[in-house]
Amino acid sequence: MNHEEIKAKVVAFLGQHLPLDGLGDNDSIFKTKAVNSLFAMQLVLFVEKEFGIQVENEDLEMSNFESINAVTGLVARKTGNQ
Amino acid sequence: MNVETVGVIGAGVMGIGVAQVLAQADYKVTLVDVSETALARAEQEISQGVRFYHLLRRDQELKPLDAAAAVARITFTTDMGLMQDADFVIENVTEKWAVKQPVYATLDQVCPPHCLFAANTSAIPITQIAAATQRPSQVLGIHFMNPVPLKDTVELIRGYHTTEETLAVALALLASMGKTGIVVNDSPGFVSNRVLMLTVNEAIFLIHEDVATPENVDQIFTQCFGHKMGPLATADLIGLDTILLSLEVLYEQFSDPKFRPCPLLRQMVNAGLTGRKSGQGFFTYSA
Repeated sequence: MNHEEIKAKVVAFLGQHLPLDGLGDNDSIFKTKAVNSLFAMQLVLFVEKEFGIQVENEDLEMSNFESINAVTGLVARKTGNQ
Repeated sequence: MNVETVGVIGAGVMGIGVAQVLAQADYKVTLVDVSETALARAEQEISQGVRFYHLLRRDQELKPLDAAAAVARITFTTDMGLMQDADFVIENVTEKWAVKQPVYATLDQVCPPHCLFAANTSAIPITQIAAATQRPSQVLGIHFMNPVPLKDTVELIRGYHTTEETLAVALALLASMGKTGIVVNDSPGFVSNRVLMLTVNEAIFLIHEDVATPENVDQIFTQCFGHKMGPLATADLIGLDTILLSLEVLYEQFSDPKFRPCPLLRQMVNAGLTGRKSGQGFFTYSA
């Protein structure tokens, strides 16, 4: 799976939970107010299930889940698709 | 009194949250439930809860916690006999007197004489619960808020016979869990639920009478009053079945018709629309 495919899946998941209009790839998804920090948990669980990866404690930081690019980057790194 | 082992009765939403926070605070925890399925789910949820705790507490600068170590401090069991080692018990069973009463009778027999009992109830009077034991001075109420790991203030209820020493031990335990207690005297529903349940019930009547939509009712509270959450979203979070049980307790305890549950609430509970946990209440929730 390449970078664009990962990003498409991440965007599709986010689109189910918050409005994507005007949300840039590097914008904080938590600043939209559509979701709160509890959503970070859902996002981690989604990423683990969808991409079959385990997010270890050292990667369990908000900065890895803050934006579309951050999540995509984390998945790419964990799946070896830089 | 030194509290080392804490018994937690009931592995529902509240019991799971209480057990998680206790384990994170390094207590030895015994979590009892009648259902093996509930205990298995509890183990999984506590593990995830500890794992994600630092992400949810962005108000504090926390490092990730060791979920496996926290879970290892908890004994998950259906055997109430293990409460023989408890120094303090926090009871979180269903808000029905017929269920709670036998639990206290058993605890009173099994637990050591020094053990204190805290009822995590939202409406049943603490004095009534204390009367089901031979140690009424050692019984108090702790009304934890949901989600337990994220809510740092609780309502602490002094029953008729509760001593200052009992309250002091409970406040010290809470402090070690990172929580503060606001002490109030005993009354059905205490402070929180006498006000909240009436507000929620009246909000449901507004939907029942087609005065406003759920969205609009909650917007009045969030946008006009600046509340974080409206009464109907709050009801969905608590669970409509729990709201109904609490109103029934208040109705019975005060013998006052102002606590009569709205027929729409009863119908929604009967239809299985219990709120966030079922995916549908006044609002819809995705899994």
